[in-house]
This record gives sequence, structure tokens and C-alpha cells, in this order.
Amino acid sequence: MRITCPYCGERDIREFTYRGHALAIARPAPDAGEAAWDDYLHLRDNPAGATQDLWHHGPCGAWVIVDRDTVTHEVAGSKAVAEVKR
Amino acid sequence: MVSLVPKSPCADLLPLAIAETTVSEVVPEAITLVAPFKGKKKTVSDALKAEVGVGFPAPGRMTGKQDARCIWVGPEQALVIGPAVSPDGAAVTDQSDGFAVIQITGPMAANALARLTPIDLRRDHFKPGHTARTLLNHMTCSITRLGAASFEILVFRSMAKTAVHELTEALKLLEGRAKLS
Ligand SMILES: [Zn+2]
Repeated sequence: MRITCPYCGERDIREFTYRGHALAIARPAPDAGEAAWDDYLHLRDNPAGATQDLWHHGPCGAWVIVDRDTVTHEVAGSKAVAEVKR
Repeated sequence: MVSLVPKSPCADLLPLAIAETTVSEVVPEAITLVAPFKGKKKTVSDALKAEVGVGFPAPGRMTGKQDARCIWVGPEQALVIGPAVSPDGAAVTDQSDGFAVIQITGPMAANALARLTPIDLRRDHFKPGHTARTLLNHMTCSITRLGAASFEILVFRSMAKTAVHELTEALKLLEGRAKLS
């Protein structure tokens, strides 16, 4: 598998670390309530098909959102978390 | 009174020459991490130009030359290698003692590196002045192309011995293979 770091370009998978589903960057407000926090911390879908992952490109330190297909293993695209979440 | 003797990261390890390819250490005057604050990249780039004559590099690029150069090492981060700098508008950290700076030059330089890093080092893809944050076998490193057959490698100082070992083994293997053919 190869992932495109938005800064470094297309790179080998060994340069990256998987950091879970990309919804990890959508942190609820501190007062969002137990249900929202339970969902955020513990509940994940297990899609057969399109999903969004969070990957860390270790050598440059960038956090990357990767659009990926769990059935075909196709990587459709990627963007920097820093560009999405300001 | 104890008198401490300063030692460079690759003292006792380099230089070495295998298969007409040399591996040598560079000990710069200073290594400074410059991380411009939000919206300050242009200001910082201008300040660096005024101080040492090199601008802040784009991702994957080096600016400047051997005596003062600035290499990109991450989003909004670059290392100035050469004279110490202190531009306004950036977080500035002296990392002079933190890195081993190794240059590998010669006919086997690219082939030796190709055994250790997953990036594409072909000349039309990775040109002089291009730099990459990547791996040297298991180590995080920066690789910068200085010329057709010349590269600079930066690793953490604590990994100097391992880095030299990796390069030595790769060169020995290539040398051995050349003797067979
Ligand atoms: Zn990267």
C-alpha cells in the first residue's frame, strides 16, 4: 500500500502509522454529554467499502486523512489534517 | 578541574571509502530549527535571506549552498545548516548538537542509499536541491541530493554509529557484487 503525504508526495506504507478512523479529529465539545463522548471514544463502524483513516507520516510529522476502500484496498486520496482543521 | 573534549557525532567512525565512494562527516557551525509562526513564513524567509542569504524552503526542497543552507524537514519547519540564525516571527531552536551530518559521494552513493530507503532516488525524480524526510533502514532521516552522485544524510546524533554501519554494509555488499561480475 502507498499513501500520498500532502507534503512529501507518494510514499511507502512503512513510513506511516495508522491512527484509527478520521472521526478522531471531530472531538465533541466538553459539555456535549455522555452519549456523544461514549460514541466518540468507543463506537466505530466497520464499513465494507469507503472509509476515512487517520495516518501519521512519521518522517515529516504530518497527520493525514486518507480516503480508502476496505474491499479493494484502493487509496482514493489524502489531505493534511492541518488544512482541514484550523 | 575536568577538561571535556568536544567530539563530533561521527568522530572515530568517518571518513571511509568503499567502492570508490566516500562517506564523510560534516560538522557545521550551527544547526537551527526554524518554525515560522502562523502567517509569518514570508517574514521569516526575508529575515533568513538578510541573515544568511537563504530563503525558507518549499516542502521537499533545500535552499542555499554548502556554506549556508536551509532544508525542509516538516510542515512549517526547516533546519538552517551553517551560521546560527535568529529570525523574528518563528520558533527558533538550536539543534547543533542534535544531528549527525553525513555526506556520501561517488559512483555507488545512490545505489547504497537505494538499499536503505523506500524513496525514489532516480535523478529525474530526485534532483539536486531536493530533500526528503524518509527512512534510512529503520531510522528516521533527511536525505538531500547535493549533486549527481552526492547526498547528505541527517540522522539524530544518537544514531550516528548505526547510520554509518548501515551505509558501510550497503557499500560492502555492492563492492562484493561488483567483484563477482
Ligand atoms: Zn510527509
